[in-house]
Amino acid sequence: MENNNYAIETNDLSIHYGSFTAVKGVNMKVERQKITAIIGPSGCGKSTLLRAFNRMNDFVPSCHVTGELLLDNQNLYSKDIDPVEVRRKIGMVFQKPNPFPKSIYENIAWGARINGFKGKMDELVEQSLRSAALWDEVKDKLQQSAYALSGGQQQRLCIARTIAIQPEIILMDEPASALDPISTLRIEELMQELKKNYTIIIVTHNMQQAARASDYTAMMMIDDQRAGGVIEFDATKTIFTRPGDKRTEDYVTGRFG
Amino acid sequence: MKEETLNIKPMETRGFRQFNLKKKLRISESLIQGLLFFAGILSIFVTVAIVYELGKEALLFFNDPDVTLGKFFGTTKWQPGIGQYGIWALVSATLTTSSIAILIALPLGLASAVYLSEYATQKMRSILKPILEILAGIPTVVYGYFALLFVTPILKTIFKDGIQVYNMLSAGLVMGIMILPLIASMSEDALSAVPRALREGAYAMGATKLETSLQVVVPAALSGIGAAVIVGISRAVGETMIVAVAAGAGPNFSFNLLDAAETMTGHIARISGGDLSYNSIDYTSLFAIALMLFLVTLVLNLISQWVVNKFREQYE
Amino acid sequence: MSEQNQNYPEGSAFYSELRKRYLTATIWQTLFLSALVIAIISLTALIYNVLDGAFGYVAYDYKNDPAEFTSTPIHELTKEELLTILKAELSSGAYNKLDNEKKMEDRSQSDLYILFLERLVQIDTKATWSMTDSLTRGDEIRAEVAEKYPDAELEFRSWLTPQFLTTPMSSKAEFAGVRTAVLGSLWLVGIAILFALPVGVGAAVYLQEYAPHNWLTNIIQTNINNLAGVPSIVYGMLGLAVFVRVMESFTSGAMFGVTDSNGRTVLSAGLTMGILVLPLMIINAQEAIKAVPDSLRQAAFGVGATRWQTIWHHVLPNALPGIMTGSILAISRTLGETAPLIVVGASTFISLDPDSPFSKFTALPIQIYQWTTRPQAEFHSIAASAIVVLLVLLLSLNATAILLRNRTQRKW
Ligand SMILES: Nc1ncnc2c1ncn2[C@@H]1O[C@H](COP(=O)(O)OP(=O)(O)OP(=O)(O)O)[C@@H](O)[C@H]1O
Ligand SMILES: [Mg+2]
Repeated sequence: MENNNYAIETNDLSIHYGSFTAVKGVNMKVERQKITAIIGPSGCGKSTLLRAFNRMNDFVPSCHVTGELLLDNQNLYSKDIDPVEVRRKIGMVFQKPNPFPKSIYENIAWGARINGFKGKMDELVEQSLRSAALWDEVKDKLQQSAYALSGGQQQRLCIARTIAIQPEIILMDEPASALDPISTLRIEELMQELKKNYTIIIVTHNMQQAARASDYTAMMMIDDQRAGGVIEFDATKTIFTRPGDKRTEDYVTGRFG
Repeated sequence: MKEETLNIKPMETRGFRQFNLKKKLRISESLIQGLLFFAGILSIFVTVAIVYELGKEALLFFNDPDVTLGKFFGTTKWQPGIGQYGIWALVSATLTTSSIAILIALPLGLASAVYLSEYATQKMRSILKPILEILAGIPTVVYGYFALLFVTPILKTIFKDGIQVYNMLSAGLVMGIMILPLIASMSEDALSAVPRALREGAYAMGATKLETSLQVVVPAALSGIGAAVIVGISRAVGETMIVAVAAGAGPNFSFNLLDAAETMTGHIARISGGDLSYNSIDYTSLFAIALMLFLVTLVLNLISQWVVNKFREQYE
Repeated sequence: MSEQNQNYPEGSAFYSELRKRYLTATIWQTLFLSALVIAIISLTALIYNVLDGAFGYVAYDYKNDPAEFTSTPIHELTKEELLTILKAELSSGAYNKLDNEKKMEDRSQSDLYILFLERLVQIDTKATWSMTDSLTRGDEIRAEVAEKYPDAELEFRSWLTPQFLTTPMSSKAEFAGVRTAVLGSLWLVGIAILFALPVGVGAAVYLQEYAPHNWLTNIIQTNINNLAGVPSIVYGMLGLAVFVRVMESFTSGAMFGVTDSNGRTVLSAGLTMGILVLPLMIINAQEAIKAVPDSLRQAAFGVGATRWQTIWHHVLPNALPGIMTGSILAISRTLGETAPLIVVGASTFISLDPDSPFSKFTALPIQIYQWTTRPQAEFHSIAASAIVVLLVLLLSLNATAILLRNRTQRKW
């Protein structure tokens, strides 16, 4: 296979809820092993776009997608693609921590097990937790309920759970918005660590976070039909220092609406 | 396993199967979905079976040259064995007992609901609601026992010889008590669905609790309460055991509460309990009655569901 | 502005007006509360009425004097003595018949004692009194008995005894029990749940997790809600037409080589009950599944689970308490429903335990119905006892449901 540098490419990707177009004409190339941030005002379709990347929108009955989403030159929306496999390859961390109401150990083991993991489970659990910088805090209580963890720990557990199924890409939808500043910082550090091996796409409302943590930034905005679109996509540095679009500049400097 | 320190490298397949995004045939997955779909659709078959079976036998009944719609709806004696087909003999009792029941259950149920939703403290509710739930959970045959052996003797001391041992009044009263919890809980749901803002609006204008409850909350919940009443009626019309035990065993066209008379349901229970030969007019006539019952309750239930849905939309 | 104000009462006038409004409010509040008080009184009266019938004085005498059979006081008869007496006094045909049903030597002392009273001395109930009468008019009753039935013995009896639970039907109230009926009810519950639980949960899962938002789903949902309101006797007619008649070769067991049976079996009745409780089951399971938060499903899908894996490992386990509560409601309903059983053809008199799905059957509420509608007062007493049995069963079931509900509080 030709080794291309992009984890995901979109080709005129549009996402519709019924007759309403929520996201329109997105063309993006997401580089491998980089952190790409998606920013933009509320309701502009960030979550919608992110969820389109691993076909989570399949569960919204009214939602359908046009255009192409390419991963290794395969269109993930073509008829012969299995959405379950897609989600296995592109993991997701949600805005609110959502561990399973099971033990910490089971939270990680379950995803591996249903995906046919045949290696040593204990090892996988430990490695995943270490990768999520959670191991030291929970190693003595692996059999306890995940619900007993703090919000920040829960979110790292969700990241560990995603790592355990060894995806290529990790999607994160405002993963730190429900967390306090310290936990937020830990998640950001973790992202830097993870990007050595994974491609990360993160939606965030926090400009500092985007500026601090990401390599590339996509700026989204709605047009007059309320359809969101990527108005600018560039290296984070460029977006935050010399934005090409006036609206981006307004937004990142906080002068927006 | 490799000696790795911290990270798990992506795209390595230690212990995992290889990535292949192509669609897989998940046979068990589709099989299960098929089975679940069948379970879901089964309820439709049940309805179809009810309509088909009741309709088929009822058709046999009405196709009997002796039976005419004129006789069926136009006369007041019911004894298919000797050619009397006046359904009113049974409908009159159903109407009478159901009316008594609703007259009892509506005011009591509504008042209970208003009290529970507007006045009762948390503690009162935690005592009162279980009582209503117990009342709702008592099998109807037990209510039958209660009607015949408790209420009827009391009525006997009041009306002396004016009242028959089996009578519609006793059955209707007890049926009212049976339906009370149903109307109370449905009405309470409707009342508590009225937004707080509406109540606060009324209080802010200097209304007392009573004025708020009766003039603002109850009217706002009226359609929900209406639905409760309709479901209550449907339950009363379909109730069997209380009337089978206490109302009387024999069709009797009468609206006198103190008389014995047999309702549609009571008649079905009594006749089908004996030895029936299939294809006899007695047998098919029961299905004609059952079909009427089914249609009446169906219409009532549909109306109440429609009302409830309308009502729900109102606050969304 | 000030002109407007004059239309409202001011000062003391306002307060007296207000006081009137409060008075009305208090009166109405009392009225509202009294509705609930009436409900409480009714419940109390019902329970009192049942207990009142289940205990009380009984006047009875013996057709044959016990002294004819033995010199020992009858209460002190041992098992061996009873066996000898029965063997000697019963006709050999009757004795052998009993022996065939169950070996006489294997029967307990109390069973034999009942046989002795029933077959030999032939106890005869003259009159019964309610608990209230027995407690408040004891002297009058004794006087009345002494006058009217000089030979009779008067005894304060609990009609509800351990024997009442373990003895089968009998044509004499004194010896009748609910064993057959309780077993019949258990068979019904078993069959109904075996059918309704998987189908009901399956339908609920389909509707909540798979069904597309289209007209078919709408029809299914409306239809289920409607089925929940169909009178139970109509289900009885359906059972009669479909299970008893059309599927007779299956429900009578003829298909499986069972002979001399018709479609009026416990299987037909159980399936009828299963269909009757199906809507209830579905609606409750749907509520339980709905309460499982979407974030949990997303979490599972997010790690690459298929739909069924998500449902089986996460949705159903978390909906389980709700599904159990629904099942308990369905069981309660199956235990209490009477009308459909009458229509499907519960046996009026049967003393053999149901031992297969193709057995004839009776059930607790059927017994209650039949005993209540008998004219003799002693049958009302055993009806009351049977009601106590039924209510205790139902109450303990519901207590379990409440416990379940409280123990598994929402985790999210
Ligand atoms: N399930 C849905 N059905 C219909 N419309 C939806 C649905 N989810 C989102 N939308 C609409 O799509 C648009 C984009 O929503 P989206 O949640 O993607 O915004 P967002 O950028 O993530 O906002 P936020 O920053 O508040 O999370 C909005 O107009 C929203 O109303
Ligand atoms: Mg969002």
